[in-house]
Amino acid sequence: MDNMSWFKRKDKGIQTPTEAKKEAPDGLWFKTPSGKIIHTRELKNNAYVSPEDGYHVRIGSKEYFEILFDENEFTELDENMESADPLKFKDSKPYPDRIKASQAKSGLKDAVRTAYGKINGLDLTIACMDFNFIGGSMGSVVGEKIARAIDHSIQNKKPFLMISKSGGARMMEAGLSLMQMAKTSAKLALLSEAKIPYISLLTDPTTGGVTASYAMLGDFNISEPGALIGFAGPRVIRETIGKDLPKGFQSAEFVLEHGFLDFIVDRRNLKSKLYTLLKMLK
Amino acid sequence: MLLDFEKPIAELEAKLEGMKKIALESDVDVSDAVKSLETKIKSLKKETFSNLTRWQRVQLSRHPDRPYTLDYIYEIADDFVELHGDRTVKDDKAIVGGFGSVNKQTFMFIGQQKGRNTKQRQLRNFGMANPEGYRKALRLMKLAEKFNKPIVTFIDTPGAFPGLEAEERGQGEAIARNLKEMFMLKVPVICIVIGEGASGGALGIGIGDRVLMLENTWYSVISPENCSTILWRSWDYKETAAEAMRVSSYDMLDLKLIDGIINEPLGGAHIDMRSMAKEVKKVILQHNKELSELSVEDRISKRIDKFCSMGVVSE
Repeated sequence: MDNMSWFKRKDKGIQTPTEAKKEAPDGLWFKTPSGKIIHTRELKNNAYVSPEDGYHVRIGSKEYFEILFDENEFTELDENMESADPLKFKDSKPYPDRIKASQAKSGLKDAVRTAYGKINGLDLTIACMDFNFIGGSMGSVVGEKIARAIDHSIQNKKPFLMISKSGGARMMEAGLSLMQMAKTSAKLALLSEAKIPYISLLTDPTTGGVTASYAMLGDFNISEPGALIGFAGPRVIRETIGKDLPKGFQSAEFVLEHGFLDFIVDRRNLKSKLYTLLKMLK
Repeated sequence: MLLDFEKPIAELEAKLEGMKKIALESDVDVSDAVKSLETKIKSLKKETFSNLTRWQRVQLSRHPDRPYTLDYIYEIADDFVELHGDRTVKDDKAIVGGFGSVNKQTFMFIGQQKGRNTKQRQLRNFGMANPEGYRKALRLMKLAEKFNKPIVTFIDTPGAFPGLEAEERGQGEAIARNLKEMFMLKVPVICIVIGEGASGGALGIGIGDRVLMLENTWYSVISPENCSTILWRSWDYKETAAEAMRVSSYDMLDLKLIDGIINEPLGGAHIDMRSMAKEVKKVILQHNKELSELSVEDRISKRIDKFCSMGVVSE
């Protein structure tokens, strides 16, 4: 131990750059990309939207459930489902270790949580992805939980809301991940046959296999301001075309303009807008 | 072009040719030597091709002489009428399709098409479809459904095209819609991976009552190279990535993600295109016969149940 370590905090987090802390702020103050500073309590009371510049902070299932379900009351489905390791996959570390580390860090079992409850008294099933679990990647657990949540919607004739937030399919489950795109689409075809409303909320970011399956299959595809939505990621496209991408490319506003979204909603109005729409469909 | 593991075989074959030539030009009797060399070649071929690594199969799936979608269609169908366009934006040359008759039965054939030389490769965009390609495929599938004709898709793509216009015109939406719509098609659907089955771009025409892979093909969520780049931060781990992701036809069958494997001639599909196509034709007819005996409802619910059972979780 050299004497400098008396003064140097070794605890992780203290020296983490602010960018890396963007998600789920747990400090007292939060700084938006445009430099606005806001108290986290105020942020929470404002649906995690910065009041000064309208910046929508990336949030997860806990926060969305809190924002949407009446009195934050809901019944979670398949809350103990976890990843197996069918491929015995290993890159820099074995897949089960990666899962365990992610679980410990996030307090989540996997990258989606599913639940049913009421919004302003209307029944709704919600599946909400968590980006801080291996980049919100879709493997067997994500596919299976979404499939079962859709089953729940069909059996109970409740509308289904999918909140996507994902980098795409999970590589560590390879072919099995890919087929989750098929599985969820099959269930959505059945939901559609049953004429039960499906609202897909694409949040920042939604890309890859998630965009190319359930996220784009809503009766209503909606998003939040500024969310990144695309099939291929911006880096891959930049490398393919060998040019810089136009400003605003793949933003929710861009996707709306090109006809793939029904509307963009400020998170502070999300619940009331969903309620208005769902009530009309009753 | 020769792949690394094909070279020792090619060398022996060249030696054999030389030996035969000598025999023709002189009166030396080399029949014993020829015979022993032939046996040697045969056993080396067998040894090489029954012990292929996953990466070697990936290489074979991309062999420049490998038969492509149109090669199969022309070989299998007695008549073929190619149909073009998505009726919205344009005709995507990376996906071809049309009605073809096989033994008086009409099929709708659809598949990604690669090019064999530089000009064709550009025209076909290396088999990477834009949204128009997927929408054209869906239009043709609906046409097949309308006229009650079974559908055969040939999958051979390094991925859906990751371009600017592709994003503008909704690549994700186009693929997603195909997945959903293909589950509800009232006619039999047979999908065959004939080369590369890369991710959503492959799956976009890959929802079928039967999903089959030729022996030396791969099918996964990402290519071994791209997986290597992302997880190992270098292109060099592609072989490791191919192993880790278990991308081969045998892996996919083991994992119950496909319904069967179509064997290739020793040395790969490109060694004997005719016999490969004949085998594919036989398999198509056989599966179509089985599938047409089911009711529409039965077929659709079996198709849905099959894909819904895919995945492994712990609870």
